[in-house]
Amino acid sequence: MPLTPVLSAHWDEADSYTLDGYRRHGGYDALPIAFAQQSDDVIQLVKDSGLRGRGGAGFPTGMKWGFVPQGDGKPHYLVVNADESEPGACKDVPLMLANPHSLVEGVIIASYAIRANHAFIYIRGEVPHAIRRVAAAVREAYAAGLLGSNIEGSGFDLEVTVHAGAGAYICGEETALLDSLEGFRGQPRLKPPFPAVAGLYGSPTVVNNVETIASVPSIVANGADWYTSYGSEKSPGVKLFAVSGHVERPGIFEAPMGTTMRELLQWAGGMRKGHRLKFWVPGGSSVPLLTEEHLDVPYTYEDIAAAGSMLGTGTPMVFDETTSVTRAVTRWLEFYKHESCGKCTPCREGTYWLVDLLRRLEAGIGSDTDITRINEVSAQIAGRSFCALGDAAATPFPGAIKYFADEIALGTHTTAAELFDPVAATVFTGVNA
Amino acid sequence: MTVTTASTTGDAIEPRPDVVTLTIDGVQTSVPKGTLIIRAAEQLGVAVPRFCDHPLLDPVAACRMCLIEVEGMPKPQPACAVTCSDGMVVKTQMTSGVADEAQRSVMEFLLINHPLDCAICDKGGECPLQNQAMTNGQGDTRFDGPKRTFPKPINLSAQVLLDRERCVSCARCTRFAEQIAGDPFIELLERGSQQQVGIAAGIPFNSYYSGNTIQICPVGALTSAMYRFRSRPFDLVSTPTACEHCASGCSLRTDSRRNSVMRRLAAVDPDVNEEWNCDKGRFAFRYLESDRRLSTPLIRENGQLRSASWNEALVAAAAGLKAATGKTGVFTGGRLMVEDAYAYSVFTRRVLGTNDIDFRPRGSSTEEEMFLANRVAGRGLGPTYADLEASQTVLLVAFEPEDESPIVFLRLRKAARAGTQVVSIAPSASRGLVKTGGTWIPAAPGSEAFVVDDLNDDWVAALGQPGAVILVGQRAAASEGLLSAVVRLADRTGANLGWIPRRAGDRGAVDAGLLPTLLPGGRPVADAAARVDTAAIWGVADVPEAPGRDITGMLAAIESGDLEAILVSGVRMDDLPTGSEAGLRDARFVVALDTHHHELVELADVVLPVAAAPEKAGTFINWEGRKRSSSQALTTSLMSDARVLAALAGELGFDDIDGDPARLRAQLDEFAGWEGARVGSPEVVAADPETGTGFLLATWRPLLEPTAMQEGEPYLAATAPKRQVWLSPSEAATIGATEGQPITVSGASGSVTAPLVVTEVAEGTVVVTGDAYRSVGHIDGRVQVAV
Repeated sequence: MPLTPVLSAHWDEADSYTLDGYRRHGGYDALPIAFAQQSDDVIQLVKDSGLRGRGGAGFPTGMKWGFVPQGDGKPHYLVVNADESEPGACKDVPLMLANPHSLVEGVIIASYAIRANHAFIYIRGEVPHAIRRVAAAVREAYAAGLLGSNIEGSGFDLEVTVHAGAGAYICGEETALLDSLEGFRGQPRLKPPFPAVAGLYGSPTVVNNVETIASVPSIVANGADWYTSYGSEKSPGVKLFAVSGHVERPGIFEAPMGTTMRELLQWAGGMRKGHRLKFWVPGGSSVPLLTEEHLDVPYTYEDIAAAGSMLGTGTPMVFDETTSVTRAVTRWLEFYKHESCGKCTPCREGTYWLVDLLRRLEAGIGSDTDITRINEVSAQIAGRSFCALGDAAATPFPGAIKYFADEIALGTHTTAAELFDPVAATVFTGVNA
Repeated sequence: MTVTTASTTGDAIEPRPDVVTLTIDGVQTSVPKGTLIIRAAEQLGVAVPRFCDHPLLDPVAACRMCLIEVEGMPKPQPACAVTCSDGMVVKTQMTSGVADEAQRSVMEFLLINHPLDCAICDKGGECPLQNQAMTNGQGDTRFDGPKRTFPKPINLSAQVLLDRERCVSCARCTRFAEQIAGDPFIELLERGSQQQVGIAAGIPFNSYYSGNTIQICPVGALTSAMYRFRSRPFDLVSTPTACEHCASGCSLRTDSRRNSVMRRLAAVDPDVNEEWNCDKGRFAFRYLESDRRLSTPLIRENGQLRSASWNEALVAAAAGLKAATGKTGVFTGGRLMVEDAYAYSVFTRRVLGTNDIDFRPRGSSTEEEMFLANRVAGRGLGPTYADLEASQTVLLVAFEPEDESPIVFLRLRKAARAGTQVVSIAPSASRGLVKTGGTWIPAAPGSEAFVVDDLNDDWVAALGQPGAVILVGQRAAASEGLLSAVVRLADRTGANLGWIPRRAGDRGAVDAGLLPTLLPGGRPVADAAARVDTAAIWGVADVPEAPGRDITGMLAAIESGDLEAILVSGVRMDDLPTGSEAGLRDARFVVALDTHHHELVELADVVLPVAAAPEKAGTFINWEGRKRSSSQALTTSLMSDARVLAALAGELGFDDIDGDPARLRAQLDEFAGWEGARVGSPEVVAADPETGTGFLLATWRPLLEPTAMQEGEPYLAATAPKRQVWLSPSEAATIGATEGQPITVSGASGSVTAPLVVTEVAEGTVVVTGDAYRSVGHIDGRVQVAV
């Protein structure tokens, strides 16, 4: 399958992030097309395109927009979730750096569709460079009359606020994000009511991922049929695949859904010289890992699920044979323990317990009981936590032991460092050798 | 709710739109729409374990202890947050392995970082975590790692302590503070297993309601400084009591050990205090064991008080009163239970043969007397707490609920959260008003009557709607013409009018007729039929016909020699108008019935000790007119006021005066339902406010202050708000003062200095929080304010 650059088509141009650079390639041309239609027709178009949320859950975007009650007399809000914090996920931040106007244009169209007059872009606080880029793009758009009142003579008004988060993984969970945006401590809210009914400030709100919203202008400009000509029936369109880890050329590859990991690996220049693939994680640390046998699984929501994992953010992390799977899983769990918001018991206490057990295995002082216990504790978290973060924390170990039970069992007598030289797994390996 | 088992014959029941029918553990049940699964299960007798769930707090579903299985849902659901729907099939831990396993899992998680120090924990023995670990957990832990620890304990306030390692992050305390009290001074901080309850730096949890968080904490994380490590739950004897501190009328549970009160808890009473009380009611009981408690009678000999036997003291008291026959007046305060109040009413009329009795040491107002006789006395129940909650509009006049009747505040806030509009005619927009989302109608002290009369049409219309309530505070008596104006407004609009006094015994005193023109049950002294009726119930030929004197009148009569003796009970010198002391010293003979030594007692010729409220059984009547019965929590050799009066009456030759509280209450009940003449409505016209230089002083007694019944509890005292001076922005600018600057307010009696708060205050008015009348005093109705 070939690369299909849409969002990333002009990232190599020096001014790709400017209004001029965006306009040179048809930027903001989708706006008049959208404004010429009724809002409901725009929603229908997005429904027809089959676009699914690119934040990880893959919820159909048009359907989400359709949930917003209309004529309810309340203000509506669009909130862009740009709190990209998932370990391994690195697609939204580059997109915002290189092509922020696609996001802004998408925000305008999506707001027009759901009849929101105020949109918020909630960007992870640790990426000030991306915040500056997006804020600059919004400023440019205001100056060009693309934001504000009566945009392009359409009669549609839209204010856009760029908001910086303060550094919490949980704020990527949409309701925690809303709490944070309202100025509260970020913790997930009880659902129902769902944000589409009572979201930001208790009003109907759509929360969408950056890539999702940025994909909208191209769909409006080229039509739903164009979009569905890519990918599969259930997973149409193109996607940014961010490949990281032990490959020669880590990077972002925009390709149709259905592309395989084998193709992505080729574009990424293959594994590090002299090394071979051990395992890969298709969509962030919250999804179970896969191995070499899954390299030809098409990158669609349904095929990856059938293979026992999830598409997630579509940002594969690749690990070669220098990696200790025990160490990798421990690091992930340490992340979840650190980022657990503390609201619910299973996630708060379960991640605390899992880290304790995993560290024993990493230190070579674990027991068979510990291994059983990690599986049990993971199962005790899964499906019982308040939000998906708990489920995510319950994922890595059961996924790993499926393929690497023997290696994990070595943690009952040998340290992970002895089995796998930590330096060998880093980019510094061999530097001082 | 109806409960039918699945096996009953299928009688067709018409479906009701407001009811849903579901199955819980195989039992079919119908519940009102919107009912949470956990509540529906409770009604079937199925206890789903829970920590964060509380019926009076919004669901949060944080602890995950109540996970149950709902058919068709892929994951276990929190029973505390999912509402019942038609046809739902619910399986709790009783019938679902999934639910049982999920609950055991959560319990195991909760215990891994819990210290399991039950043996030394205050909560041990009454701990939901301990109990549910036994019922819904496993006997042993599989966790063998290091537990998370914290330095312990930390102060959230002087009174409330937090042992963070015991906390299960249920957020009951923080939700109570935010949702119920409106004092979000505590919040969860940090993340993950480091999550903990905390306060902002330098801003302690000084809420009037902070103690409730200790009671609803499902573990031993929150403790009070005054109870911590003092007792174990299983050593305590619990007695249902009514709170003696104010007219809110809370049901309490008094827990004592070896005849000493260890703690007090709010009892569940949905009609009154729901499940809450205020910190004064919870913590202020050390006065019972004060060094100043009177334990034996005292008589004056050679100018000094000395201990005496009951016999000697009663003889001396009787002799003194006999010598002043027809010239004895009675002052009672607000601490009396209604049985005792009634005993004073009987004693005064029958034994002393006079109507010279007044329960209002705070000052006399004929207008108030008429108001009470006309609108309050013997009127029975209403308006009620439920009326407040059901009303669309509640108007407050001369009433600061948070300070003056804290449970009324909680109910107003609950009502306001559900849409009730609270309006206050007051000198300032207090924080309490802001917390009820209320509307402030400015009224400078002295001008309230005009403001009430001039209320705009919108508010008058709102008060004309069914269910509207006007609550007028006791302080209204101090503003001439105000009670008359309030009565006019209530009559004009048809709004339900409630009077809210400060002290627990005030309403009972009104009902018992402790006023110079009022017999029990709202009967006017001036009405012949009322006197005949009263005499009939008492089994006597007649009752005194001449109207009595109020406190001011009695003090004047002492000076003029028309009165020679005073019988005083539960009144402190500080309660009386300034300058009363000299008058009392002029009295030839003073008999004091009291619980504690104090200035007025020191002045008496005979002192008769009496039991305090927790030491006797009896009844308070709260502001609603509701009986609040209280059992005897402590044994004592002291007698109630009523029994002492009966003994004294016996000494005076009246052998048929009863001192038995049950019989007294039964007799008082005979006075209910008076349909004869009443004292007329007050029709006092307010005088035009005088103009003068300086400011009008607005001040009222706060909930927490160093009074006799709050002594011995320094932790409570330390949570009292510090005194402030409030000025409007323009007045502050006029005197050149800025926020936080010390401001001195001075008058005839002296001055106070406190930091300035610039806020909404009526024109020409200065508010001094924490009662300052006595320490400042007026000069021509005015005070001076300076930086």
